[in-house]
Formats: sequence, C-alpha cells, structure tokens
Amino acid sequence: MPERERTIKGTAAIVGVGETAYYKRAQAPDPEFRLCLDAILAAVDDAGLAVDDIDGFASYSNDRNEPSRIASALGLPELRFSNMVWGGGGGGGSAAVGNAAAAVAAGYAENVVVFRALAQGQFGRFGQAPPLRAVSGPMAYTMPYGLMSPAQMFAMRVQRFMHEHGAGQAAQRAVAMASYHHAQANPRAIMRGRPLTEEAYDGSRWIVEPFHLYDCCMENDGAAAVIVTSAERAPDLRHPPAYVWAAAQGSSVGQGLPVHNAPDYATANFKTLARRLYATAGVDAADVDVVQSYENFTGGVVMSLVEHGFCAPEEVDKVLTLENLTAPHGSLPLNTSGGNLAECYMHGLELVVEAVRQVRGTSTSQVPDVELSLVTSGPMVTPVSDLLLSASR
Amino acid sequence: MSATGSYLPAGLPAPGPAPDGLDAPWWAATAEHRLVVQRCAGCGRHQWGPEWVCHRCRSFDLDWVDVAPRGVIYSWERVWHPVHPALAEACPYVVVLVELPHADGVRMVGNLLGEPTDDVVIGSDVEAVFEDHDGDTPYTLVQWRRLA
Repeated sequence: MPERERTIKGTAAIVGVGETAYYKRAQAPDPEFRLCLDAILAAVDDAGLAVDDIDGFASYSNDRNEPSRIASALGLPELRFSNMVWGGGGGGGSAAVGNAAAAVAAGYAENVVVFRALAQGQFGRFGQAPPLRAVSGPMAYTMPYGLMSPAQMFAMRVQRFMHEHGAGQAAQRAVAMASYHHAQANPRAIMRGRPLTEEAYDGSRWIVEPFHLYDCCMENDGAAAVIVTSAERAPDLRHPPAYVWAAAQGSSVGQGLPVHNAPDYATANFKTLARRLYATAGVDAADVDVVQSYENFTGGVVMSLVEHGFCAPEEVDKVLTLENLTAPHGSLPLNTSGGNLAECYMHGLELVVEAVRQVRGTSTSQVPDVELSLVTSGPMVTPVSDLLLSASR
Repeated sequence: MSATGSYLPAGLPAPGPAPDGLDAPWWAATAEHRLVVQRCAGCGRHQWGPEWVCHRCRSFDLDWVDVAPRGVIYSWERVWHPVHPALAEACPYVVVLVELPHADGVRMVGNLLGEPTDDVVIGSDVEAVFEDHDGDTPYTLVQWRRLA
C-alpha cells in the first residue's frame, strides 16, 4: 500500500474567533479564568457552533487555565483533546493552532479551541523580575549581572544582528510605526488615539539599548480564542473559513543552550521553520499577501521578516519602511491590527485572530484580495512557530 | 572586590549551585578566582552553560577545565530601565556577552566594568575580573574589563 501523503494542508480551518475587550495591565474588571471563558464563548458564537460542539483545547506558554477546568465549567459532554506547547513567550501561538489542526486531521477531536488568557494584574508581570531571594541553574549565570527581563534577554541578539549586517534603527522604528498606524483604525486597540511619530520614537527613552520604549510590547489583560474544525465541515459554518495551509514549530540546533550559547545567535530562530512552512504550502515569500509577526521587540520582527524571505539582512533599513509595511497598499502589510505593540499584548493570539480577519476581508486595515495570510510567533525564543492561512482550501 | 565594591548594588538574588549538583565545580572554582568551563573527555570539545551531556558526541564524561580568563566582546546591551528594586538607582549599566576563543568560542554573560556610557565595541578584547560577594551564602561573579 503506498504511503498516504502526510500534510496538514487542506485538512482544517479556523472558523471562529473571539476576544474579550482588551485592557491595560491590571485593569481588567474580571479575573483571568472569566476572561478565558468569555473569549471562548465569543469564538463559539462567531463560528455558529453550539458550546456542546467543543471537544478539544490547545494553548501555549503555560496558560494557567486548564482544559479540564474549562470543559467542566462549561459542562461539555466530552473532552477529547487537550494540549500545551512548551516554552515561554509567544513562541507557541501558531504551534497551538497547528496542534489543534493536527488533532482535527487525526480524528482525535472535531472542534478544538485555541485560547490564551492573561491577567497580569491578577498574576505577575512579564516585564518585572520575579521576586526571588536566590537563584540557581541557568538564571544564576545571568540574573546577578542585571540580565533578567525579556527585553534584556533579547537585546543582545538584536545588537549582534545589527552589527553583523550593518543595520541601524530605521527598520525597528518602521515596525513600531506600522503597528501604531494600524491601531488608529482599530476600535479594539489600546493605543488607538495615540499615533506614533518618528520624532516621538526617536525621542523616547531607552529601555535597554538597542530597544527604545516603542520597540517593546505592551503588558495587557484580556483573552482570545479561535476555533479549529475540519475542512469538510468549515464551509457550512457562519463565516468564510481560514484554511490552514501550513504550520511549523521548533528551532535550529542549540537554540536552547543556556547563557546565550546558541551557535546561531543573531536570529529570530525561523530559518529552519520558514523553509518547512513554505514547502508544506507549496508557496514562497512572494505569495504571501499580509503578515502578522509577533512583536515582543521590534528587532525580533525585523529578523523574522528576513528569515521568512521578505528582505535581505543587509537591506532591512531600506526595504522595511513604514510605507512598505502599511495596509492597504504597502508591499508587505504588517501587523494590521496593531499587534502586541499597539492593539493588545494578548501573547500573540490576537495576531492569529487578525490573520483570520484578513482572510475573511474584515480587518480594520484590510489588504485587498488576501489569498495567503502569515502569522509568525515567537521571535528569539524556542520553540517558535508559524501559521499560513488561506481563503482557499 | 567586596559586595560594597561590586559593579551592581547589593540586593539581587544570590546565585549558587543547582540542587542537582551539576554546576558545583563552577562555584567552587570562581571562589578561587579560576575560570572553568566544561570539556568533553570523549571528544575534547568545550561547552557552556552547564549540562550533563556533550552536545557533540553525547558522552556523559565531562570535565571541568581551567580556561584563560580572556575573551572578546560578542554582543552587549546598555540597560536604562530597571526591572528589579535593587537596581532602581543602578542604571545605566552594561551587560556583555563574551566569547572565549581559547575554549571553542563558548560565551559568558557578565558586566563590562568601567564607565557605563563609554562606547562598547564588539570584537574588543576583555579579561575576567572576579567579584567576591560576602554574606550568608558567599559567591563570586565573573566580570569583564577592557584590555588596553
């Protein structure tokens, strides 16, 4: 018997999206679990499914809201799939969708929710050091030297990239300004009404060189969810499906080595993934119409775009301009909801939601005739992940 | 240096050996002002940070060997926004990633001693400075200073 072709392409689709209102950190009126339920129920409603149709869950970044509690709280008839992507940061955002699609393709479950809920007011902040009296293990080799926050963990990767490729600050500024530009059209965006000028960017304080304030993501409260179902069932639901053409997760050799010893250091960590992603989908960078690229820090976005084939590393400041990164007519519309910088730091799941909107044609900064909508989740962490969605199966 | 003469103020969490015993030799060596890394007894390759197995030949027979306390600045950052109460008045400060050419290019994180606003140049030669901290659980940090 010939081997069955093994691919995720054409097997699953995102059919529902849901979000709570987005809040500044510690300003959510509800606790995290309630936010989580609100986003899931909104996604179920958006899909036109019944709550009882949900039978699986996938998340990432050690989300505190366990599927067994969610399923029980909602009285679901049966839980068939629950799944967590290891690793911190937003690196698992696309991978969680990929895992949900795999569960559907394998027949483990029918309708899988991918969710992320965050209440940094109720729990600890990402941007502050954890309250410890002593440290051991890998942190013992970084924290005593004042290297402990995400910005501090990633600044040296970006600094090295800038050194190796002669890059300045212009591309990072353009990435920040594109997010703020798109947020002005988005009523959900925290930074709506607060446009960012070149002067404001250049004049903003350093957090850690080479990151200005505006190079860093926000810290927010909220929740988001999307629903993945089979490609066969998807067309019968309420909205046009966003078909999964490819998903990839992982990292290159040694990216998890402690104390900044990854052999390839000046990287967002997508070099191996991007190849697999495009090969699975049978496309290349030129076929991608719009990109949602996780911004923990803008320098990571710059490297992500390079590694997905949109720009040579020596040309980032020339090619990655505000004009090129802006919808609807830029050559590479980027982070069209405002993303982690200016819509909401929903740990990147809001980027998946926006990628679906671009396929549906309902973004507040819509790109015309989107056929391929890319999400890159992570940069600089391990694992990172990618997701390629399409209007066509 | 004593804690009062340290690059960063007192009050950060005290580092020490992991409970599993993996990196006890590092903390013992730095207390004696020796710079050590792991080297595989099977294939001879240096590696860092501490791990149980050789990344190249998968031998578990890893030695701790002295290496020259010299390196090259591989990357750096200047921190302006404190994220720990102990560092509220300590900014700016400079963190460097130092490559050790004599140890297969392993990298270490430390602070670059000297004026924090001075230019930092990737590729500059640096040497290790051992910074002793007293207290209930004494420890020694490895800092770096530019070579003329």
